[in-house]
Amino acid sequence: MKTFAALRAIPTLLKIGFSEAVAYRAEMLVWVFATTMPLIMMMLWTTVAEASPVVGQGGKQWGSGAFVAYFLSVFIVRQLISAWAAWEINFEVRQGMLSMRLLRPMHPVLSFAMSNLAYMPMRAVVTLPVFAILLVTELSRMTAQWQVWLLWPLALIGGWLITFFANVAIGSLSFFIDSSIKIMDVWLAAFFVFSGYLFPLELFPEWLRIAAQWLPFRYQIGLPVELMTGQLTVEAALPLLARQYTWAGLMVVASLLLWRSGIKRFQAFGG
Amino acid sequence: MIRLSGLRKHYRVHKRPPGLKAALKSLFKREYEIVKAVDGIDFSISPGERVGFLGPNGAGKTTTLKMASGLLHPTSGEVTVDGHTPQKRENEFLKKIMLVMGQKQQLMWDLPPADTYELNRAIYDVPRADFTKRLKELTELLELGELVTKPTRQLSLGERMKCELAGALIHGPKVLFLDEPTIGLDVSMQVAMRDFIRRYNEEHGATLILTSHYMDDVAALCPRVIVIDKGALSFDGKLEDLVTQVRPEKRLTLRFSAPVSREQVAELGTIVKHEPAQAVLLVKQSAMNAAVAKALATLPVQDLNVENPPLEEVMSELFSRSRAAREVA
Repeated sequence: MKTFAALRAIPTLLKIGFSEAVAYRAEMLVWVFATTMPLIMMMLWTTVAEASPVVGQGGKQWGSGAFVAYFLSVFIVRQLISAWAAWEINFEVRQGMLSMRLLRPMHPVLSFAMSNLAYMPMRAVVTLPVFAILLVTELSRMTAQWQVWLLWPLALIGGWLITFFANVAIGSLSFFIDSSIKIMDVWLAAFFVFSGYLFPLELFPEWLRIAAQWLPFRYQIGLPVELMTGQLTVEAALPLLARQYTWAGLMVVASLLLWRSGIKRFQAFGG
Repeated sequence: MIRLSGLRKHYRVHKRPPGLKAALKSLFKREYEIVKAVDGIDFSISPGERVGFLGPNGAGKTTTLKMASGLLHPTSGEVTVDGHTPQKRENEFLKKIMLVMGQKQQLMWDLPPADTYELNRAIYDVPRADFTKRLKELTELLELGELVTKPTRQLSLGERMKCELAGALIHGPKVLFLDEPTIGLDVSMQVAMRDFIRRYNEEHGATLILTSHYMDDVAALCPRVIVIDKGALSFDGKLEDLVTQVRPEKRLTLRFSAPVSREQVAELGTIVKHEPAQAVLLVKQSAMNAAVAKALATLPVQDLNVENPPLEEVMSELFSRSRAAREVA
């Protein structure tokens, strides 16, 4: 009964969240353009590759076209798996504004999730044209297997779940320490390196690539991008998806445990 | 409906003197102190009651309300609201209550209040027909008109507070915790809010706890008051009993048709102010009838007025007495 009531509320939460995204459209666009690092990396790596092809693991050669396909895919995936709940939770805990969410008969984590997801249509305004450019210019470098395209949305959902619940876990640390934003900065630094955001993981030395396999970051960006760009077959992707959802599950459990024990320390400042 | 028993909330607070040396020292060794925001209070409130919750700044009023509404977990003791333990934050409990804080808002800043109402409708699972009826009722009573369609940021403080109150009542809460609901509002808006709150209580039988620094709010709304100071209960009873306890005298104002000397009025009570044509006296309530009879019989009284001392004065005296007692202790 409780779950049904929450599910019934979701369309309204998304609708109101979208209205908010529209109200903040200028800020939203600035945010989107602030995440153009993949495009900068694309320019950098294509310049390098034009001088001489970059050789990855197994001797695979990365020409400039491969880098264009890779980094445009990274840009799209980054937009679609974005979440910023850590900043919101941190701010609301410190300012006491979380009180208003806690008074409502809905788990605040669900309301944070819906407000983050409600921004997706606005993000699509930027990602769809980039996707179109990618398909027009680099179609031959994208996977031609329709089964892989079927797995792609699953990988995106898994990537978003890891991102969002890592945000919730780090945001929940603000119940215990004065501010958890610095921890988010450390997380982001590791994310930039190990997710495939700044360079394809295939260019890592063997030992670092193996290490990245065991960390959550590559399942946020690397896996969906490798599916798009034909670096993975269905057979190779399935075990990776299993690992991705294991990480997502671990993040859900860790973040909700942190939330549950943190909320007891909430001091509801102000008022 | 609401029962508090031995309720305590103690905070561990980091203490640091100002200056660079203290800042560096606190990097390695921190000193903490325990602040007893609420230190063992007991009271109960029946369904439909309107209770004023008073105390000086930092007395623990808001902390108590936050524990009763489930925002804060008590350090010890117990609080129940309509049979629920607030800190469990069960949905059934949250649907029955609302905490309105004059300094915190639930309205979304860049969207019109109507969007927040729609969001609340969905979250509280209010049937569409009930929602439409209630919103219409609230719009009329609070005279919201077109305010609900303007972005919240463009509303004045008073308009925003009215919209805030409507949003808090969309789900028809049975228990209302009102923390400074009229703060910053002009006098006419304060009166409108008070009327509305009283009407909501009478029509819906809602239980109401109110904290306010405006004593007119308390006098107009709350037959019963609970006073806390430094986290401990110092009074629980009728408002007039509190006034009698703190200021056993009433104020007698006399206007004369001919000049009257100070000595003539001194026999009636303690002189607060004396002029040949007017005198203001403090007279014990038990002696008031005799004083009035004597004044009318012996003095050229043209007009007289008997009144309680202003509530602000009573509360100020109560709080300064408790401050003095603490300083002595």
